[in-house]
Amino acid sequence: MGFFLETVFGGLMAGMLYALVALGFVLIFKASGVFNFAQGAMVLFAALAMARFSEWIPQWLGFDNRLLTNLLAFAAAVLCMVIVAWLVERLALRRLVNQEGITLLMATLGISYFLDGAGQLLFGSATYKIDVGMPKDPMIVLENTFPGGLLLSQEDLVSALIAALLVATLSLFFQKTRTGRALRAVADDHQAAQSIGIPLARIWVIVWSVGGIVALVAGVIWGSKLGVQFSISLVALKAFPVVILGGLTSVPGAILGGLIIGVGEKLSEIYLGPFVGGGIENWFAYVLALAFLLVRPQGLFGDKIIDRV
Amino acid sequence: MFYRENGQFKGNYSADLALFPIAQDRWAMLAFVAIAFIAVPAFASDYSFRAVLIPFLILSLAALGLNILVGYCGQISLGTGAFMAVGAYAAYNLQVRIPGMPLLLSLLGGGLCATVFGVLFGIPSLRIRGLYLAVATLAAQFFVDWFTNRMKWVTNDSSSGSVSIGKLEMFGYQFDTPVQKYLLCLTIVTVFGLLAKNLVRGAVGREWMAMRDMDVAASVIGIRPVYAKLSAFAVSSFIVGVAGALWGFVHLGAWEPAAFGIDKSFQLLFMIIIGGLGSIAGSFFGAAFIVLLPLLLNYVPHWLGLNLSTATASQLEHMIFGALIVFFLIVEPHGLARLWSTARQKLRLWPFPH
Repeated sequence: MGFFLETVFGGLMAGMLYALVALGFVLIFKASGVFNFAQGAMVLFAALAMARFSEWIPQWLGFDNRLLTNLLAFAAAVLCMVIVAWLVERLALRRLVNQEGITLLMATLGISYFLDGAGQLLFGSATYKIDVGMPKDPMIVLENTFPGGLLLSQEDLVSALIAALLVATLSLFFQKTRTGRALRAVADDHQAAQSIGIPLARIWVIVWSVGGIVALVAGVIWGSKLGVQFSISLVALKAFPVVILGGLTSVPGAILGGLIIGVGEKLSEIYLGPFVGGGIENWFAYVLALAFLLVRPQGLFGDKIIDRV
Repeated sequence: MFYRENGQFKGNYSADLALFPIAQDRWAMLAFVAIAFIAVPAFASDYSFRAVLIPFLILSLAALGLNILVGYCGQISLGTGAFMAVGAYAAYNLQVRIPGMPLLLSLLGGGLCATVFGVLFGIPSLRIRGLYLAVATLAAQFFVDWFTNRMKWVTNDSSSGSVSIGKLEMFGYQFDTPVQKYLLCLTIVTVFGLLAKNLVRGAVGREWMAMRDMDVAASVIGIRPVYAKLSAFAVSSFIVGVAGALWGFVHLGAWEPAAFGIDKSFQLLFMIIIGGLGSIAGSFFGAAFIVLLPLLLNYVPHWLGLNLSTATASQLEHMIFGALIVFFLIVEPHGLARLWSTARQKLRLWPFPH
């Protein structure tokens, strides 16, 4: 029982990260109807920027304070993501307005390749460390209930907390601010929003920037756990089944979907894996999402945007 | 002025519907095939066969298959690498498990296995489409990656997980030198190219295109969606499977699962976007482009006296690919093939403006 719960917790933590990447997708899809294949590349780009700036800034400015360095590096990385968002809108999205979803998807594939290359060219392609001072020691809880207690990683708990905080901030931003309302209006109906004077181009830049910042947070958490390297961009491939499961347009769906896939993946690996040779983590999420698609094509909370063929 | 078709009268319908209705096209095509079969083997070096021509031929075959699915039927697929892998591994298994299996039959058998697999993963397309289908085909990719890695019998219980092919022999004829391999690939590609060209201009191809353009309208005028979509998946994955078998048998000789990873899927998708969606010639243009660009990126800085490290070169390659994809989607969604047909249109009138 203790082992089972540990697995579940491990899955929840991994799921939280998937959910973070998926959140970036959902935000962008909601507001611009673009299925953003480049989210993974954005995570890599942002994490690389953060890692390298936190290394360079002390050299440039000549001081050694981890908190200040990290704050400055984070700000610089945010700036990078805003620039990326602006460039994407300027150079690609603006010219692809009113194209089919497939065309936009392929365009983001191109953007993803470009960002992969540009990120590694600008920031280097080795493995880098991000040290934001996350507690590394595992802790043991509930020793009385289970023999041996439950082994939890503090790092995972902190990152889950950060993710939760981010989601709360985002939903406040969407519900309470003027910009948030404009974003929701655009998400609902592009044309109507435009006709009451909401500048579509600016909204897209904002949404892609927010997507970039979410990617940055995901990248920082992931990078401080496992180091920043190219394989980070593959996390995004995990996030596709998450958004499919949760529904393409639903923020709670992304989070719940992430958790379900995180837990399902770990459980299936441990309890189902040995029978089929192990390593099923890689495709379990997809098969789950696929099976779900056949039953409920719009996902858990998604809008019914798929017309039955 | 050299491309004028006046004076070429058509006396019957079959002449009007010929593969190449314009005489210049016909002759150019024949000359092209003749050059490919006769002149190229006589003059090209072994290196260019191994590094350029053979990969180009096989990849254009795979791109042709993918183009039928994505370009003609509008069903996006990100799992082409998986279909190639199924073709390659099935052909390998046929070859090692059945003594005396002819090479041609195992190549085609690989294609048939890929067909079954393709139809299986095409079934979701009856219920979902567009972006969701892209994710479904990704499932095929990851499943096959895992399957070929973990199931020992797929690789005939080899300890390293990689498989290797012995001698290539067909009708008592050995394919040892690059030239012979090139001719083998060229023959297969030519046959498949002709078949595909004929298929897409016939009833089946028009059904696919109707499905792509508007599936509701297509089913209203009596096209069965199930039949149209699954046949596109079947034909496409057959061709891609044969291409995969060729890639393993002829180009690589020995391979491991990573040879058919997700990168290959993306690469093939890029080929058809850059080459031209919904165009047979476009598949060849795209394949040529993607095979040549890395070589160009290797040589041009070298000529200019710049020394790029391999890492930088590959990152630049990524950036250029990415930028080109976006560029083509914005400026010329029909790819290089459309540029070619525009040029042809201009040539018909040249030197007069109209």
